[in-house]
Amino acid sequence: MTDRRPEMTAVRERVPPRVGEAVRGQGRLWIPAAAALILALTYVLPPFRTYQLATVGAYLCVTAGLTVLTGLNGQLSLGHGALMATGGYTFALAQNALAGRGQWTLAVSAAAAVVVSTAVGAVVGLAAARLRGPYLAGLTLAVAVVVPSITSTFDGTFNSDQGLSIALDPPPGVIPVERWQAWLCWAGALITLRLLANLIRGRFGRNLRAVRDDEAAARLAGISVARTQVMAFVVSAACAGLGGALFAMLAQSVSPGAFPLALSLFLLVAVVIGGLGRLTGAVWGALLLVALPALANSVTDRIDAPRLEGNLPLALFGVVLIVVMLAAPGGIASLSRRVRDETHPDRASRPRPSRRLFRQRRR
Amino acid sequence: MDRFVFLTFDGLSRGAVYAAFALALVLIWRAARIVNFAQGAMAVATAYAGYSVVSATGSYWLGCAVALAAGLVLGAAVERLVMRFVDHSSPLNQVVVALGLVLVIQAVLGMIYGNEYRPAAAPVSREAFTVGGVALLSRFDLFVFGSVAAVVGLLLLLFTRTEVGLRMRAAAFAPDVSRLLGVNVGGMLTLGWALAAAVGSLAGMLVLPTELGLHPNAMDLVFVSSFTAAVVGGLDSPVGAVAGGLLVGLLLSYVSGYLGATVAPMAVLILLVVVLLGRPGGLFAKSTARTA
Amino acid sequence: MTALLEVAGLTAGYGGAPVLHAVDLTVEAGTIVAVLGANGAGKTTLLRTLSGLLRPTAGRVMLAGLDLRGVRVEQMVRHGLAHVPEGRGVITELTVDENLRLGGLWRGATKGDLAEVYDLFEPLARRKKQPGQQLSGGERQLLALGRALVARPRLLLLDEPSLGLAPKVTAQIMGLLRTLRDSTGLAVLLVEQNARSALSIADAGVVMTLGRLEPISAGDDLRHAYLGF
Repeated sequence: MTDRRPEMTAVRERVPPRVGEAVRGQGRLWIPAAAALILALTYVLPPFRTYQLATVGAYLCVTAGLTVLTGLNGQLSLGHGALMATGGYTFALAQNALAGRGQWTLAVSAAAAVVVSTAVGAVVGLAAARLRGPYLAGLTLAVAVVVPSITSTFDGTFNSDQGLSIALDPPPGVIPVERWQAWLCWAGALITLRLLANLIRGRFGRNLRAVRDDEAAARLAGISVARTQVMAFVVSAACAGLGGALFAMLAQSVSPGAFPLALSLFLLVAVVIGGLGRLTGAVWGALLLVALPALANSVTDRIDAPRLEGNLPLALFGVVLIVVMLAAPGGIASLSRRVRDETHPDRASRPRPSRRLFRQRRR
Repeated sequence: MDRFVFLTFDGLSRGAVYAAFALALVLIWRAARIVNFAQGAMAVATAYAGYSVVSATGSYWLGCAVALAAGLVLGAAVERLVMRFVDHSSPLNQVVVALGLVLVIQAVLGMIYGNEYRPAAAPVSREAFTVGGVALLSRFDLFVFGSVAAVVGLLLLLFTRTEVGLRMRAAAFAPDVSRLLGVNVGGMLTLGWALAAAVGSLAGMLVLPTELGLHPNAMDLVFVSSFTAAVVGGLDSPVGAVAGGLLVGLLLSYVSGYLGATVAPMAVLILLVVVLLGRPGGLFAKSTARTA
Repeated sequence: MTALLEVAGLTAGYGGAPVLHAVDLTVEAGTIVAVLGANGAGKTTLLRTLSGLLRPTAGRVMLAGLDLRGVRVEQMVRHGLAHVPEGRGVITELTVDENLRLGGLWRGATKGDLAEVYDLFEPLARRKKQPGQQLSGGERQLLALGRALVARPRLLLLDEPSLGLAPKVTAQIMGLLRTLRDSTGLAVLLVEQNARSALSIADAGVVMTLGRLEPISAGDDLRHAYLGF
């Protein structure tokens, strides 16, 4: 149902056809450079730091997908912790079934995790596609709170609260475990980033933003709003599933306690603070997710305060989120708008329009 | 048949709590056009305060009163010190800030009281009376019904018969016009939050004796169930909130009773999905508006 | 003797370019001043700035010698300033009676005070318990006016009362305003596009063009100057 009126085509032509490429031209070198850096780090860092590096990689898969969903497409999801859990448990079940046959089982288990969480993401996404604002948040919150209880219902398979331990082969050759895991996690992360960057650069990215900014206009321009919303959800779910699988691999186990509601909220914090809709922001967010709890733990280790231990990171994340939201003058919209100005070089060169008063998406 | 009757009464009792909590959500929705995602965490916090008083003094009633008072204060404080400063251009901003509050509140509770489950005793017996061999209600159930009915009645009187209630309604329906008429709209908003939080606190004190115990996350599922109840009834409708709450309570009770307790949360999620897809304005809605 | 309302150099806008440019205006007690002008001239912005809904960027507003700068909107009614906004502002979810009571809350208006208003606006008396939703345009205008009057203002800011009303109803409302001025000494700042009806009761008039005010001399010259007859 594309609109062929002359005005519409004129609008489309005004936007430079290779917008993303102009900015991300250097993206071609970005990934190999990052890969080289990570590789170097895994040889230089002590084992615990390497493990933390691996964790950052695992988180990065999730934050990248979530920042696309919430930042570029404007859908607020509080349920991505549950999607990670889906990936993690699938990985665990697949790996335990295939254990001992060689390193390739990891790839198969990870693929299974991605497939299952994509399917779950599609189901949730279909339900969510027509929801907005607090209704969407409420639905995804329900998903995050309810999904752990599934492990209790089918406790034959999932072993309810104790969870499952995962049979993993030792790394090939004499590579230390942490280094091997860091390679795997970052391989996943960099592949995810590459795929997402390609997606965003093209029509999909434009559609995402168009729907976020003005649904009615997007519809008039021939974009299928529902399909875009669902696709965004599915893509981010796939990323979360991969992240969850890598997580499970790092922990060598899965349990409901590893995927609490707080995890979904942490992901939200990471994405909001990192910079909504920006893939580099996802990197910052992933770093934050590892650095902040580590920082909090170093504090609580010094004071002997067992009650502080799990809770200080929560408090810090919460405070940081509130402060950032209050400080940003336009709230979420301004945090994502900064991204828009950066990715459209023609707009960046024009004088900035005064702060729009009517930010709410017109329906 | 006996089981069905028992489950029905049990469900209505649970439902009354969800009704109260959903009412709190609707109150804030009507006043400020936002869903207070921190409502559950706020209720837990005041319940901790309440139960501290209970263990210190031995009196549940005093503890309840303290919890309600703490709710009033906490609701007013959250509105005045945090929510007021959030950018209003998009409803998502306040949702995100509320979630930040959830993190902070749950963390602080964990830091002060620890993360183990603490006992939350009921003030009166939870044993069901039997009539003709059929287990019906317990004293506690009656207490729950009575409290919720009293609160709903009081709120009704407040809003329809008092000057304050008139001001609050005017401030919610037409803030600018109300200001021109001399209504302190900001103050009415704070009052709305305070009342809603107090109602949430009451719901918390009523539901915790039936749960595993007092814990920073104890109200998470209650929030989800009450949110579902509010959506079922239509976020704009206080009557709908009560009806929705009872419906959700009954549903959970039957599912728990016949299919197993662990399936109950799934039932809530399915109900939520069904209502959001089918009649997002709630079962009592006149139109089918899908957006906030 | 100071005028009831004195406005000097008032400049205001909605972020970006100003809508009002250094507006000067005077309203004497017990008079009706008509503010005429085309759509978008800034008439509504003027009233909103006077009642505090919009903060001016420059200029001064004095009400009976009191500087209104910094006075919050909720306090305006206590100083005797009532504003019936564009669109009337009838709260449709509340009943007629509730709308009226709301107007009088700040001064503790009694049933007697409300009865006076019901006497003046007979159609409202018949619909006391009906929600504002069910009133016609003319009835809503009466309700908005009545609600403002319950507050016993000295100065009434009225934004396009004739909008959407039949000529007969408009004439009734204008007549009502004239009666109120004569019997209670109410001053009215009347924003209108319907120049003819406004000028038929006005003691003085101004014309607003693109945010700037130009006075017209008082009395019959008004009609003559503006409408040419």
